[in-house]
Amino acid sequence: MAKKRTRYGIILYLLPAVILYTLFMAYPLIMSLGMSLYEWNGYGPMSFVGLENFKRLLFVEPFNARFFNALTNNFKLFAYTTLFQNVVALFLAVLLTKKLRGTDFYRTIYFMPVTLSVLIVGFIWTLILNPTWGVLNKGLELIGLVNLAKPWLGDPNLALPVIAYVNSWQFIGLPIMMFVAGIRAIPEELFEAARIDGCNEWHVFRNITLPGLMPIIGLVMILTVVGNFSSFEIIYAMAGTMAGPNYATDVLGTLFYRTAFSATSAQPSMGMGAAIAVFMFVIICFGVASWSYIDSKFNKS
Amino acid sequence: MWQVGHTLIPNLTRVRGGKIVNPKVRITNLMTHAILLAYSFVVIYPLYIMVITSFKTNLEVMTKPFGLPQSINLSGYETVLLQTNFLIYYRNSIMVTVVSLLLIIVVSTLASYALGRYEFRGNKLIYFFFLAGMMIPIRLGVLNLFQIFQSLNLFDNLLALILIYTAMGIPFSVFIITAFVKQIPKEMLEAAQIDGCNDWQILIRIYLPLLRPAIATSAIYHFIPIWNDFYFPLIFIKSDALKTVPLGTAIFFGQFQTDWPTVFAALTVAVIPAIIFYLIMSKQFIKGLTAGAVKG
Repeated sequence: MAKKRTRYGIILYLLPAVILYTLFMAYPLIMSLGMSLYEWNGYGPMSFVGLENFKRLLFVEPFNARFFNALTNNFKLFAYTTLFQNVVALFLAVLLTKKLRGTDFYRTIYFMPVTLSVLIVGFIWTLILNPTWGVLNKGLELIGLVNLAKPWLGDPNLALPVIAYVNSWQFIGLPIMMFVAGIRAIPEELFEAARIDGCNEWHVFRNITLPGLMPIIGLVMILTVVGNFSSFEIIYAMAGTMAGPNYATDVLGTLFYRTAFSATSAQPSMGMGAAIAVFMFVIICFGVASWSYIDSKFNKS
Repeated sequence: MWQVGHTLIPNLTRVRGGKIVNPKVRITNLMTHAILLAYSFVVIYPLYIMVITSFKTNLEVMTKPFGLPQSINLSGYETVLLQTNFLIYYRNSIMVTVVSLLLIIVVSTLASYALGRYEFRGNKLIYFFFLAGMMIPIRLGVLNLFQIFQSLNLFDNLLALILIYTAMGIPFSVFIITAFVKQIPKEMLEAAQIDGCNDWQILIRIYLPLLRPAIATSAIYHFIPIWNDFYFPLIFIKSDALKTVPLGTAIFFGQFQTDWPTVFAALTVAVIPAIIFYLIMSKQFIKGLTAGAVKG
């Protein structure tokens, strides 16, 4: 009797979370991906079309041009973020783990933008980068570097790296903190031994810090993949839904939004949108899976 | 100059933590501080520009983009607070965030209690079902959520946002709270059971106080993405009276783009409360968000 009561208890405790999570996350996720096999404009009936949406996305003009452009831009965004955010974060984390006073102050400052809205950060920077009135170009003018003043978001070659920089400016606090935690976890004796052996800072970094940080570096890269391949707000704020100039900043997230929700080019097509979401899902899952694989290998050794 | 020498020389041989700091180390330390300070400047300066510009006049923005404003011009703030629904956006954001966080905490604590305390068939399966949602962005499910809210008549309704945010918060919260439940020694339970407590009383009286750190971490971890979310309001909210702060700011930004002091006033109003909240609890924020990233 008592045991039966416990069983009902367990079910009651689990039920609210299971229902909410299933109904508004697990089920919608699966059904949304499944929608890639249908044609649907957001209202009215859905019709089954098999792999038609994928075929159009990969082989039919103009859809394939847009899709491969967004995919390429997404990989570029990832490369730029790795450079502007993760490499810089690693450097700053090394400096922050030297025995200095005031590192708490720096960490508090560096982490602050992480807590802000991506959209609002994008707006602030859009105004700073404004070609005529923006503070950046005005500042370059003031110090006589007027040649360096550029239409930052209007130049198709500059817009994507500039947006990647703003995104990195905002989120660099996270990898910094993760690297700091990782460096602290490396036994102090290793550093001391290396210094006694006469290693210079670069050698210490190359032979002790870097190998010790490998699992954290892997994790940071995966988080960058997940973040970049679901990003939308920063492009929306700085380049609009059309991801201009001339689609130079279009990524899968913005292409997905335009395809599924806004009737800018043609009828909104939820099915095509779902097909794009499937690609985002596969890339993110691939990233997560490779992280789990690397992580389990590191934990064994 | 004399002062520099005066302060430097005694420091060269100062004993710190039993070690003598030699001049070479001191110079590298100074350089390190210089780099770290320079980067702090990179972080702060855009926010400084935002606040300063919001107090300028349109003319000052063009003629003196860098200096402080001649006098404090509050017309931007007047426009933001009196002529728009910013206070309503704030009310909506606060309501959605508070209700979602409460729901996340209540349902996740209940589920974690069952998963962490009891051994039963399907325990592992349910646990991994929850965990699977931790790395996958919920926005990939937006198309079907669109259908669901259409059929539930929850379009243009804050409840739609609350339901999404709650579902999104469950995986990480269950993960972190279950880990805590498992650490609580079974002896404490037995003592309570002897005293005649039932399962529910044990949860409330014994577990809940001990789970507070895990609950706080999960609340802080989810506060940021929920408070700042723009994606779901953009898709599901249409009427002005139901907009949250990010969505309201976006509309405002589009309308007033040429009136810089006003736009910067709106952006300042939108971020300053979050910054103050962060500065008060920065330790908890850094810990919570980093833990989330590492464990997620």
